[in-house]
Amino acid sequence: MVLLTLMAIVTIGVVRLRNLFAVVILGGIYSFLMASVMIMLDAVDVAMTEASVGAGISTVLMLGTLYLTKMEETRPAHTPLLPLFVAVVTAGGLIYGTIDLPPFGDAAGIIHQHVAPHYLQNSIVETSVPNVVTSVLASYRGFDTLGETVVIFTAGIAVLLLLKGRRPASEPDSNAAKARSRRRRPKA
Amino acid sequence: MAALQELVNHYNHWIAVFLMVAGLYVVVARGNMVKKLVGLSLFQTSVYLIYLTPGKIIGGTAPILSDEFTVYSNPLPHVLILTAIVVGIATIALGLALVVRINEAFGSIEEDEIFEKDVEA
Repeated sequence: MVLLTLMAIVTIGVVRLRNLFAVVILGGIYSFLMASVMIMLDAVDVAMTEASVGAGISTVLMLGTLYLTKMEETRPAHTPLLPLFVAVVTAGGLIYGTIDLPPFGDAAGIIHQHVAPHYLQNSIVETSVPNVVTSVLASYRGFDTLGETVVIFTAGIAVLLLLKGRRPASEPDSNAAKARSRRRRPKA
Repeated sequence: MAALQELVNHYNHWIAVFLMVAGLYVVVARGNMVKKLVGLSLFQTSVYLIYLTPGKIIGGTAPILSDEFTVYSNPLPHVLILTAIVVGIATIALGLALVVRINEAFGSIEEDEIFEKDVEA
């Protein structure tokens, strides 16, 4: 609960600050808090991914973009009243929806009755992998994971194509961009 | 007392809703494109929280099978969210590459200035 409250505070900072460097660093802090919350929710694999991808790679990519563009955000020309109204109405609808959700940590929740017990009971027998997340990701749902890698590969190609046609006038910049693209390729 | 119980039961959901609408607000209200992408990632991470919360069982442990434990949290949301994180970083990287190109073409990453220059051109 403390972590979640901290996350909400960091989010307020992200929304209010105009210095983009500070916003990106707060985004990194936010991702680390999110990873800690995930550990509390027993999602250790997801927490590791979030800490490396969310706090690590995406912060680096954002900082690289800031290096190539600008650090400061200008004041918005429009009043934020309409977006604020949309956000508040959406929040109201979603919170109304959460009232019907099962209480936190309840073992009798619907989610625990369906196929999840099958995976937990048969993972060792069928795949001999003790980590059920791994066995579902790589064995039961291996083709889906292959499709996911195709998505990453496509995004990697698109980023390379976009950054390749850059003008050679800014030579050190394009080197940095290439290094960025190269760094994110092995993630696939 | 009932209100307190309700708060404990739904605190995760409500924080996730707050993060989600904060991301939505940033995406809609701010003209700066890097800020918009930060808002987009806020929105995405709030969805991770919504998915992972019901998978947790109080007294359960991470879904790595062992003789010492009998109650495990649900592994399926974890698998889904692992995929979502990786696809999320792909979209963010693509968006940032587009921002770099837009900055090159227009000399700005503010939406209003770009629209002005687009009308002129």
